[in-house]
Amino acid sequence: MASLLEVKNLSKHFGGFTALNGVSLEITQGERFGLIGPNGSGKTTLINCISGALRNESGQIVFQGKEIDGLPAYQRTRLGIARSFQIPRPFHSMSVLENLLVPSAYVVHLGESEGEAEAMKILHTMGLADKAGALASQLSQVELRKLELARAMAARPRLLISDEAMAGLAGAEVDEVLKILFDLNAQGITIVMIEHIMQAVMRFSQRVVCLDAGAIICEGAPAAIVANPDVQRAYLGA
Amino acid sequence: MKFWIPALVLAALALGLALSPVNEYFFYISYRVLTFVVLATAWNILGGYAGYVNFGTPAFFGIGAYSATVLFKSLGAPLAVQIAAAAAMGGLLGFGVGLLTLRLRGIFFAIATVAVVFIMETLMINWRYVGGATGLQLLRPEAMAPFDNYIRMLFVVMAWMGIAAVAIARHIQDSWIGRGLRAVRDSEEAAEASGVPTLKLKLFACTVMGALMGAAGAPMPMYLSFIEPASTFNLDYTVGALGSAIIGGMSHWLGPIVGALLLGSLQQIVTVTISSEVNVLIVGVLLVLFVVLAPQGILGLFRRWLPFLK
Amino acid sequence: MIFSFDLLFEAVLFGILLGCFYAAVSIGLSVSFGLLDVPHVAHPALMVFGSYCTYIVAGWGLDPILAGVILMPAFFVLGILIYRFYYETFERRGTEAAVRGLAFFFGLAFIIEVGLILAFGVDQRTVQAPYIGSSLALGEYRIPYRMLVAFGVALVLTFALTLYLSRTFTGRAIKAVAQDEPALRLMGANPVRIKQWAFGIATGVSVLAGAMLIIIGPVEPALDRLYIGRTFCVVVLAGLGSMTGTLAAGLILGVAESIVLMMFGASWAPAVAFGLLLLVLGIRPQGLFGR
Repeated sequence: MASLLEVKNLSKHFGGFTALNGVSLEITQGERFGLIGPNGSGKTTLINCISGALRNESGQIVFQGKEIDGLPAYQRTRLGIARSFQIPRPFHSMSVLENLLVPSAYVVHLGESEGEAEAMKILHTMGLADKAGALASQLSQVELRKLELARAMAARPRLLISDEAMAGLAGAEVDEVLKILFDLNAQGITIVMIEHIMQAVMRFSQRVVCLDAGAIICEGAPAAIVANPDVQRAYLGA
Repeated sequence: MKFWIPALVLAALALGLALSPVNEYFFYISYRVLTFVVLATAWNILGGYAGYVNFGTPAFFGIGAYSATVLFKSLGAPLAVQIAAAAAMGGLLGFGVGLLTLRLRGIFFAIATVAVVFIMETLMINWRYVGGATGLQLLRPEAMAPFDNYIRMLFVVMAWMGIAAVAIARHIQDSWIGRGLRAVRDSEEAAEASGVPTLKLKLFACTVMGALMGAAGAPMPMYLSFIEPASTFNLDYTVGALGSAIIGGMSHWLGPIVGALLLGSLQQIVTVTISSEVNVLIVGVLLVLFVVLAPQGILGLFRRWLPFLK
Repeated sequence: MIFSFDLLFEAVLFGILLGCFYAAVSIGLSVSFGLLDVPHVAHPALMVFGSYCTYIVAGWGLDPILAGVILMPAFFVLGILIYRFYYETFERRGTEAAVRGLAFFFGLAFIIEVGLILAFGVDQRTVQAPYIGSSLALGEYRIPYRMLVAFGVALVLTFALTLYLSRTFTGRAIKAVAQDEPALRLMGANPVRIKQWAFGIATGVSVLAGAMLIIIGPVEPALDRLYIGRTFCVVVLAGLGSMTGTLAAGLILGVAESIVLMMFGASWAPAVAFGLLLLVLGIRPQGLFGR
């Protein structure tokens, strides 16, 4: 399968603190990829570097064969990388529908009516269609998570990075979001899932990478990762 | 068309008033109020739509006034040319300040705009060609036909400039640019992640704001027959523009108009009956009150009766 | 333009004293803006308000520095009240409130300034003290005593605050809340109470800075506009969150301003701080020692 995203020897520091230390990984097209690791291990920093919210200091990020290190975040989105935020960041003065019209206009360059039509379709798949006219500031937690994913989808991405979309959700809600991600993957979208909910990661991922203190400590099939003593130690503490 | 018909009616009304036997004082006052309509509308393009606060209104206004002065003194340039040049200089300044600081957090941009005011004032104080600290007297040319006097003509100029400024603000607000700016205001990170070129949009808004403020400054030297740094670069313009927009309502182009008309009228009443300091005090208190209690402004208070507001 | 090594040396000397003074008047902002992230554009206005309060208290026959110290507790309380109000109204509501927070402090600054004009008029006010008006003669150079007094107080203030922030428990909690609020919460400390305490300290320090301001020279209500440039220049040049950087940045500004004053005259000197601020923002926005 073709390689979609390659991260080569990525490093990122914050002052004296090393958040990422020579991280390398490769994600193939159409893959369901899981990224786990304890709090502070660098997962969100890695995502921020890939999406362009942060600049990496050394290493390379190659997307669809093109080096994207120097590109600002909005251009990476236009190339096909979309992400949801761990703590939802809706455009709170806009309706749910309008939230999707932003990437629709700026990434896909759709006109108002086409954009609305496509946005409604996306909202239907997310189960948010009846909230289309509601202000984003009036949504519940799980609805906000879905809005994050819906907005990322409105950018017609090749790669979707879901940053802890299920954190704090109840069992049935987790299943809801998981089903959405499965459906998206079935449509051909490569998905990177960052999660703490292990059963979700295990069910979803084809391959899992575990991060700890800014470095990859383990990579492989879900079952192998869970059984790995280094991973267990990282989560339970030294 | 719902906008343009009333707008053209107002434009014609302004012309009609200027040609009618209305008291001269009316035009003196109205010119000031209309200046604030333009300044507040311009301010709101960056402040209300994008969420970046500009404390440096006098800098853009002032560079317009002084550009007009230089052109008038050196070439005897007609008013239209003065305004165009002033808009260009204001836009350039807006672009420059934006380029320097819009990558940073909002407060750095805000403080940088204060810095620009002082630097511009210092430059003008030390430039003898425009009169330095003591200022420059200017002789008004003849008013163009059909106007009786120059002030009436300036009134119409500023009224039409106000309509143009509002038209521009409205166009930006309702366009995809406006949606992008609102996305920047609501969550800049999410906007970037949604494909919005945040820096470019902010620069655009800042440039337009600067150009409009510069244009508003151009007729001022003619209005006063005089220009000097201290009153031109007065931070009272900051309070006026910012206050009008916040008090009127930042999310819609009607807000700054409502705010400017209110504050402008207030200023006339209070300054004449009590003092100009008390007027500024009242504006300051109103600003704080609205920011704390009614952040959506007057428009927000009447939201229920204004369905077109989001 | 006048230039000679003698004049340059005198300018540098004066600049060092002035620089320490600038550091001292900025250190409150270093805490409130640098550490607590409050968009405190009203800091200089509060300081000028402090100057006027000092003027009143000193008018009862007290030494101005003493007057400033006496006023510190009152300003400490004022700071706590302001922060509490700001937090409840704005910081809680999230990022939308950024515009409102800035506008609030700007409005506050304006109200203070105009309030002072209405109460005291636009004329300049000064205080009297034995050390104001005479100078120390060092060889060929004359150093005004009031500059030395301000320099001394400034140094004491800067070091005291720096020590407080690094050695005491509350002080370190203040630095911690700036860096990692969730961790602080987990440790059982209440971030809001720590922040309001810090803001109180910053405001208390400001009245002493105001006392020094009126010692160094006459004050007028509009002086806060000039000091917005100087204080923010120092804080940004130092780097947000750096206390020791404040001293270094103050010195740089003081010397730069003093040299410009000597070479180009008083009409150019006020713009130095603003120009330096723009330069730092454009080239190295994190300042010298910023986090």
